[in-house]
Amino acid sequence: MTAERDPGLATTPAPAATPGSGVAATPASRAVPAERAGEAQLLRIEDLSVDFHTDDDVVHAVTGVTLAVAAGEIVAIVGESGSGKTVTAMSVLRLLPKAAEVKAEAIAFRGTDLRTLSAAELRKIRGGPVGMIFQDPMTALNPVMTIGAQVAEAVVLHQARPDKKTAWQRAVELLRLVGVPDPAERVKQYPHEFSGGMRQRAMIAMAIANDPDLIIADEPTTALDVTIQAQVLALLKKAQAETGAATILITHDLGIVAELADRVVVMYAGRVVESAGVRELFAQPRHPYTKGLLASLPRMDVDVDQLDPIPGNPPNMADPPAGCAFHPRCPLARDRCRTDRPPLLAIGDGRTSACHYHEELA
Amino acid sequence: MTATTVSAPAARTPARAALRRFRKHPAALVSVVFIALVVLAAIFARPLSGHDPNAIDLLSARSGPSGAHLLGTDSTGRDVLSRLLFAGRISLGVGIASAAIAVVIGTVLGSIAGLLGGWVDGLVMRLADVFLSFPSLVVIVVVAGVLGPSVLTMVIAIGLFQWPVCGRIVRGVTLSLREQEFVLASRATGAGPLWLMRKHIIPAALPPVSVVATLAVAQAIALEATLSFLGLGVQPPAASWGNMLTDAQSLTVIRSEPWLWLSPGIAVALTVLAVNFIGDGLRDAVDPRSSS
Amino acid sequence: MGAFLVRRLSINVLVFFLITIAIFALVHKTPGDPIAMQIPADQLNSGSAEFIAQKRAELGLDGSLVTQYWHWLTNALHGDLGYSLLNGRPVTEVLGERVGPTVELMGVGLLVSLLIAFPLGILAARRRNSWLDYGATVVSLGSVSVPVFFVALIVIYVFTLKFQWFPSSGISDPTNPSLLNTLHHLVLPALILGFGNSGPFMRYVRSSMITELGADYVRTANAKGATPRRVVLRHAFRNSLIPVLTVIATNLPQLLAGAVVIEQVFAWPGMGQLAVSSVNQHDYSVIVGFALLIAILVLLSNLLADVLYTVVDPRVRLR
Repeated sequence: MTAERDPGLATTPAPAATPGSGVAATPASRAVPAERAGEAQLLRIEDLSVDFHTDDDVVHAVTGVTLAVAAGEIVAIVGESGSGKTVTAMSVLRLLPKAAEVKAEAIAFRGTDLRTLSAAELRKIRGGPVGMIFQDPMTALNPVMTIGAQVAEAVVLHQARPDKKTAWQRAVELLRLVGVPDPAERVKQYPHEFSGGMRQRAMIAMAIANDPDLIIADEPTTALDVTIQAQVLALLKKAQAETGAATILITHDLGIVAELADRVVVMYAGRVVESAGVRELFAQPRHPYTKGLLASLPRMDVDVDQLDPIPGNPPNMADPPAGCAFHPRCPLARDRCRTDRPPLLAIGDGRTSACHYHEELA
Repeated sequence: MTATTVSAPAARTPARAALRRFRKHPAALVSVVFIALVVLAAIFARPLSGHDPNAIDLLSARSGPSGAHLLGTDSTGRDVLSRLLFAGRISLGVGIASAAIAVVIGTVLGSIAGLLGGWVDGLVMRLADVFLSFPSLVVIVVVAGVLGPSVLTMVIAIGLFQWPVCGRIVRGVTLSLREQEFVLASRATGAGPLWLMRKHIIPAALPPVSVVATLAVAQAIALEATLSFLGLGVQPPAASWGNMLTDAQSLTVIRSEPWLWLSPGIAVALTVLAVNFIGDGLRDAVDPRSSS
Repeated sequence: MGAFLVRRLSINVLVFFLITIAIFALVHKTPGDPIAMQIPADQLNSGSAEFIAQKRAELGLDGSLVTQYWHWLTNALHGDLGYSLLNGRPVTEVLGERVGPTVELMGVGLLVSLLIAFPLGILAARRRNSWLDYGATVVSLGSVSVPVFFVALIVIYVFTLKFQWFPSSGISDPTNPSLLNTLHHLVLPALILGFGNSGPFMRYVRSSMITELGADYVRTANAKGATPRRVVLRHAFRNSLIPVLTVIATNLPQLLAGAVVIEQVFAWPGMGQLAVSSVNQHDYSVIVGFALLIAILVLLSNLLADVLYTVVDPRVRLR
């Protein structure tokens, strides 16, 4: 990992973690605030369910999701659009629209249940110890505010004594840090004067402005050109390494997962269907859906013609199939799958799978 | 956000769904009943009132509400209730006729603009902008000043100033239809523009146009009342809700003969409000996204 | 930005000229000899036949319609709108002394309508489908539905006759035309005009705010830890202003409609009252001058809308 931390990131005291301890090191050993020594996880979501109420229907966007992120760890949440991965992430900081009904055993950050916080207390978390990066940097930035004003706002909102001047200087510093050329001039520009990649860099600058412990990145590269994607990914990697922040990476792109993540959580139809360390998952998926995803991934050693996309479409979430939600598309499906929903079970090696026949995949 | 498709259960046609949403709008439902009563009262004005609206009776002039004259009499002793009911005919007639003119012009120009596109489209839309940016009431005052006030001039002028809203909607519908295959197919088989209008454009534009037509009726009734109030619309002795208030411009009348101005004023206000509520309910019914 | 404004300006000026043709057509439609509108009545009555024939030639009235239009337009643009048929005074002078009171009424009326529309519209958008939202909808429908003249009569009945708080006639007391007295006279007409125009404005503000509050950048602002107040005022509000300001500017001429009625009821010595009395007295030259003034007002409002648009939206400003 980088030995020379950029001074820009060190204005607030670094968490207990030593800069040298890499991401690959055992996560639990890092950055646990002393007063919460009992809490091993940075973020713990337990039995989360999110329903959307429309005029006619209730859509169960997320059901029974349990998820833990250790300090410094990069967890990827993977799934097709509509699988509930974004909704899961948004529920952490209560960023869902009012129509969403969120239920959970716990949504704990550093041992504090975020649902018990007042709106004002939650605002201290938002953009402070938890930074967010959104998918489309064109619409996620305010078109009538300069980039500088938007980055400086992220700073000033979390200053003990709001000071616009230092916040502005810090905005310039942050933009330089994320690789925006000539930041002193470009802070005065508006989002439409930035390219897509530069806008996403500005988004990342806002997310890391207050040296977060957790970054939630929702499809950070999906809206970008392929060449720019690689640059932004490299930047994300660098920012993560330098801040030592744990990261929840929401994506449908397994290539990104392989490159960045420590651990992978696969979601389908609002539920977690498999979770495993990144190496283990790629080496041997234990859920037919994961297997299907991997089969549809272009690889260097396989001819493109042999790509094998999963047949069928994701289910209608207002009226999901009975039993295992994946059974209509599953090559392993049997009668039992049409009636019994397989529970998510630990299958050893720190892995979980929600398939009746996961052993057949072992 | 997650893009989850919500498919409507079968056996629910769009029209039925719209009706169901309309029924959820209590103000619109009450308004429908109210407007139905106003229409009936206007139709049966004579048997209901029991008086000739133009019968002058100087001996009982300016008398307050009584058994003989439920809403009192005006400065020449005419029965206010019967004038109110007959005025309803004119108000509703002007409102509906103007809106009809607006809808016809709007549909024709809107579909021409949408079908032909190019500079024709640009010209029609520019024309719509021009009509919208002029205050119709003031322009009608000027026109009535030069041509002399008449109900026909007023109806045409009101309709002429209301077409752009309808025109824009029909143009939008036409443009989106033009993209669709079945219209392209019917063009390929040599279907004429009139056939396209009747078969495709009008059915597709009907729901949103019904909303703007309703709102246009409300606006036209209010405009007619205002013009008649200024003495530039319906001319005495014919009664209109607006010209019944013209006499009330003196403080004495306002103070001591409130029945003269309260009843026609309330009649216009409630009628226009009710028609607007119906339009509002229709909008929610036709386009559920606009409300919640 | 320059190119955008130049293009808009040329379109608007073109439209303006087309409208002057329509107004000239109205002039042509007026009964009587058009020369009566273009020279003072005393000259017309005392002048010899040669004098009038000479004047007729000077004014281009012998020429084709095109020549006549050209003479009329150049004169009009030089401020010569002819003479009142009623009292022989120059129309420019007659109209000129009425502009002030109407601008005063419309200006304060606009302010009132914005003071009603913005807070109510923003609150209604923030608390959609709450009782406040429904209340705001009813207020806005009411302001559109209840004719201005009826509101005026009710208000006069209550506040002038019953409580005797405010006067209901004229722009100020002739015996005591102080600023305070003028303001006192302005209260009722301006409030009524403002209320009457607040409905459409409020709906624009509300729908624009609803669109912006659902935008991605609002979620970003929330994710940064901004307070709801900041999210609404610093982020959503400024974006919602872009369409709203344009709509308000292009709707400025609509305020004149309300002013015409209110001036009539409150004996307010403005352009609207002049227009109605000129119509009733068949003073065609003044009516035509008034029509030209409306066209200018529409032209200016459209230009204002374009300028505002470029000022508020940086994407246009820098193009």
